[in-house]
Amino acid sequence: MAKITYVDASGQRYDVDAENGTTVMENAIREGVPGIEAECGGACACATCHVYVDEAFMPVVGEPEPMEEDMLDFAFDVRPTSRLSCQIRVSDDLDGLTVTVPERQG
Amino acid sequence: MTETSSNGGATGAVTETDAVIIGAGPCGLFAVFELGLLDISCAVIDILDRPGGQCAELYPEKPIYDIPGYPEISGQGLVDRLMEQIAPFHPTFHLSQMVQSLERLPGGTFRLTTDMDETFVAKVVVIAAGGGSFQPKRPPVPGIEAYEDTSVFYAVRKMEAFRDHDLLIVGGGDSALDWTLNLQPIARSLTLVHRREEFRAAPDSVNKMRALLDAGDIDFRLGQVSELRGDNGQLTGAVIKGKDGSQTEVACTRMLPFFGLTMKLGPVADWGLNLDHNLIPVDTEKFETSERGIYAIGDINTYPGKIKLILCGFHEAALMSQDAVKIVYPDKKVVFQYTTSSSSLQKKLGVI
Repeated sequence: MAKITYVDASGQRYDVDAENGTTVMENAIREGVPGIEAECGGACACATCHVYVDEAFMPVVGEPEPMEEDMLDFAFDVRPTSRLSCQIRVSDDLDGLTVTVPERQG
Repeated sequence: MTETSSNGGATGAVTETDAVIIGAGPCGLFAVFELGLLDISCAVIDILDRPGGQCAELYPEKPIYDIPGYPEISGQGLVDRLMEQIAPFHPTFHLSQMVQSLERLPGGTFRLTTDMDETFVAKVVVIAAGGGSFQPKRPPVPGIEAYEDTSVFYAVRKMEAFRDHDLLIVGGGDSALDWTLNLQPIARSLTLVHRREEFRAAPDSVNKMRALLDAGDIDFRLGQVSELRGDNGQLTGAVIKGKDGSQTEVACTRMLPFFGLTMKLGPVADWGLNLDHNLIPVDTEKFETSERGIYAIGDINTYPGKIKLILCGFHEAALMSQDAVKIVYPDKKVVFQYTTSSSSLQKKLGVI
């Protein structure tokens, strides 16, 4: 279990208790966090669940796999902390993670 | 399998058929089967260049676990099996085009026209358009709309339109690289912009592009387009934001962004059907829209209890067909039959 905070583009915060093994995207959709669209449903096929990971958590969350990196080409305003939230699996290590939703998904 | 995928008629062609199916995703394909068992011929139209819809475009290699009878099957695997299953009914496929208008003719039939100027006349219409049509993604560059169709294009229809222009191509996939290679010889200058050094395009294209770069025939900028410069839709330059936050301007008169596809409802909204949050409300007996003879199945419809599963779309296709046959064959007495035991159905399937 991990507590994850989503910050939407307007600065609104959403605290979610996420179960281990779920994805950061799934928890955002369940909570109705605005700006996480997940058009493809979590197949790493659309880049509409793009988030910025809190810099302090980058070593824990890790870098994207090559397939995700390819898909990030379709995201906008990609930064060094960009990840697709459907590819981040929740574990105890992510407790306290904050992710920020970009201004738009495309 | 390929025998069924004749790519429709040429521009200006008129196709007469019992049913037009809009969308060649799994539900549209299975509708060919259910309608075929009832002797209803089908023409299938899709904006993509191949059948399969989201299964083929978004997740061809991803496993699906909830198709009855298949503990696991990939998106493309399912499409291939469906194509095999509907082959006996010889549907015609009309690909890479979008239905633009749908109207009822005085006799009660429907006329549809596509953006490729193909016309269809049909007794029933089945909208199986999923999330809508796949259309190019628009990059969120402020004010880009003002340049679309004058200086910014999401596809190359005629290469000549880019001759002697200063081109800016954005992206790292096959479309971006293919057009870089094809347009470089006729462009006045060509700059490729991509946010990283790695390209996901075919290695051969990447090598050819790097050779052009080494020869000084094209320019490459690492970064993302953040701003466009120009007046009255005439582009003069673009600002590229680098990873380090630096901003540089590149002179250009034409821009081709390749950022993949997204789903948009598209012209369905203009056909006079009742809509609910971009979905088409239907009944759960026949899956008919607010218009007699126009049905909607799969992800694009809505009704109490609706869930967006492929298997639900299959069920919808079966019930829809039982009603469509009443329109296509108003005088025929339809007796419900099973494929396991009906020799008449087995003949249609070519198994006896």
